[in-house]
Amino acid sequence: MASRYALRAVALLYLALLLVLPVGLIGYRTFQHGLAPFIDAVNSPDARHAFWLTLEVAFWAVLANTVFGIGGAVLLVRHHFPGKRLLSTLIDLPLAVSPVVVGLALILVYGANEPVGGWLQRLGLQVIFSVPGMVLATIFVCLPLVIRAVEPVLLQLGEEQEQAAHTLGASRWQTFLRITLPGIRWALAYGVVLCLARALGEYGAVAVVSGRVVGETQTLTLFVEDSFNNFNQPAAFAAATVLAAIAILTLLVAKLLRPKDSP
Amino acid sequence: MAIEVREVNKSFGGTQVLTDINLDIGSGSLSALLGPSGGGKSTLLRVIAGLEQPDSGTVVISGRDATRLRPQQRNVGFVFQHYAAFKHLTVYRNVAFGLEVRRRPKAEIRRRVGELLELVHLEQFAGRYPAQLSGGQRQRMALARALAVEPEVLLLDEPFGALDAQVRKELRAWLRRLHDEVHVTTVFVTHDQEEAMDVADEIVVLAGGRVEQIGSPADVYDHPANSFVMSFLGPVTRLDGELVRPHDIELSAEPAGGTPARVVRVVRLGFEVRVEMRAAGEDVWAQVTREVADRLDLKPGDTVHLRPSAAGRVPEPSGLTRQAPGL
Repeated sequence: MASRYALRAVALLYLALLLVLPVGLIGYRTFQHGLAPFIDAVNSPDARHAFWLTLEVAFWAVLANTVFGIGGAVLLVRHHFPGKRLLSTLIDLPLAVSPVVVGLALILVYGANEPVGGWLQRLGLQVIFSVPGMVLATIFVCLPLVIRAVEPVLLQLGEEQEQAAHTLGASRWQTFLRITLPGIRWALAYGVVLCLARALGEYGAVAVVSGRVVGETQTLTLFVEDSFNNFNQPAAFAAATVLAAIAILTLLVAKLLRPKDSP
Repeated sequence: MAIEVREVNKSFGGTQVLTDINLDIGSGSLSALLGPSGGGKSTLLRVIAGLEQPDSGTVVISGRDATRLRPQQRNVGFVFQHYAAFKHLTVYRNVAFGLEVRRRPKAEIRRRVGELLELVHLEQFAGRYPAQLSGGQRQRMALARALAVEPEVLLLDEPFGALDAQVRKELRAWLRRLHDEVHVTTVFVTHDQEEAMDVADEIVVLAGGRVEQIGSPADVYDHPANSFVMSFLGPVTRLDGELVRPHDIELSAEPAGGTPARVVRVVRLGFEVRVEMRAAGEDVWAQVTREVADRLDLKPGDTVHLRPSAAGRVPEPSGLTRQAPGL
């Protein structure tokens, strides 16, 4: 019995030191002088711009990964083709590669002085040090989240309902919309929420490709770091609190969505 | 002909599952594809539905070459062993599915689904979800769903396989009655010979990916094409190197040209009596009525004389001498 309590105490202490204390302190520092400084801090033009830019980048990244996630999961579960295992391994790559490396790799391809980037530049599309590059970097780091959430549920759903729909005259697209999508909706929602949380909090890859231009390519995470380095602690803490609040909210939503997949 | 299958071959990986299948299914008939597991019957049904593509050969449905048509273009109804119910839709929406994707008017859908639910006795379950139904009810729903689009042929893949024995029997009789009412050409797959004989007008025996025999239930039972069909369709025993149905063996006390046998055991199973014997060093058993058993006063140790009666005898696969008469 004693050992069980000891184990609990160690686990709780570990969590308290690593998680509860730091996050709690941020909250405390943010609101220690009341609500007014917080509102001032998050209402500055730079903070507001960072907030909306973060949402914009996250929106496009989540959209791309949702489409790719569904398509990829259907491909991996319903089709057999050579190189399937290689593809499956590659999908997990973003989890293993450091986001900084991702950012550098993207600059090597899409930088204005590189062949591909230069070509796009001439077409009027600046990728690096601009929003498209930030979206690309975010897509990359969030790549596996939707696909890995949908895959097992799609597998468990099986093919029979889809085949039944086909024999009843439904086209592939009708079958997908009416049968497959409702079957994976909770898993998909869970994956999307995870993807959103990851996209909002992304720092490393975006830091490299954005160029960190204040008021232009500065996301909320970059804003936090920048403010902190410039001794503007109230702004840093306020933005950090906003990020943490969004993260906790998305985790709660994910928690609500999760159990519905188990039949 | 409602379905014509010509020279169909199909293999998965290196395994040949269907070999040179030729098959005609008459319009309005109720046919069974009967055979052991792994015999290729489900694959053949899926080839007819378009859920599998044959490696070679053609499938013609109602005079139209359907070999290259997708399932949704074939106008077939397909019922799966495990129902394939649309879990997120109510019974009503499940049955309405085929009509909804065809964009039929709402009023027509309501009328048609109402009729079908009545036909399968699920009127009062229209608002329920599949998870709230029993297995038998789910399968009836699946049947109504398949019938909703007025298919040219109805294909059922082991439709009662996942149900318990009692429900199975009920649904069997019910399918037979339904077919008499609706008259849609129906093909069902089963590995249960009793089910095939009970329900079907015509039985197609499939084994090892080949058609062994096609005929009426009486035909395949009484005049099996080979020893496999004979033993698959009913009980058999061996007498003088031939396969014989145990109820086709006549027992008598007088020699009169029969094979002498010694009674080993007499088992009374209600209305019938099973007589286990040894003849010429081999086990043989006969199924006789109580009246015959009483008249001969059968006891272990008695000697009787056995003669196969006229109907269906088939030489053993090992090719022992005598040819069965009438084949």
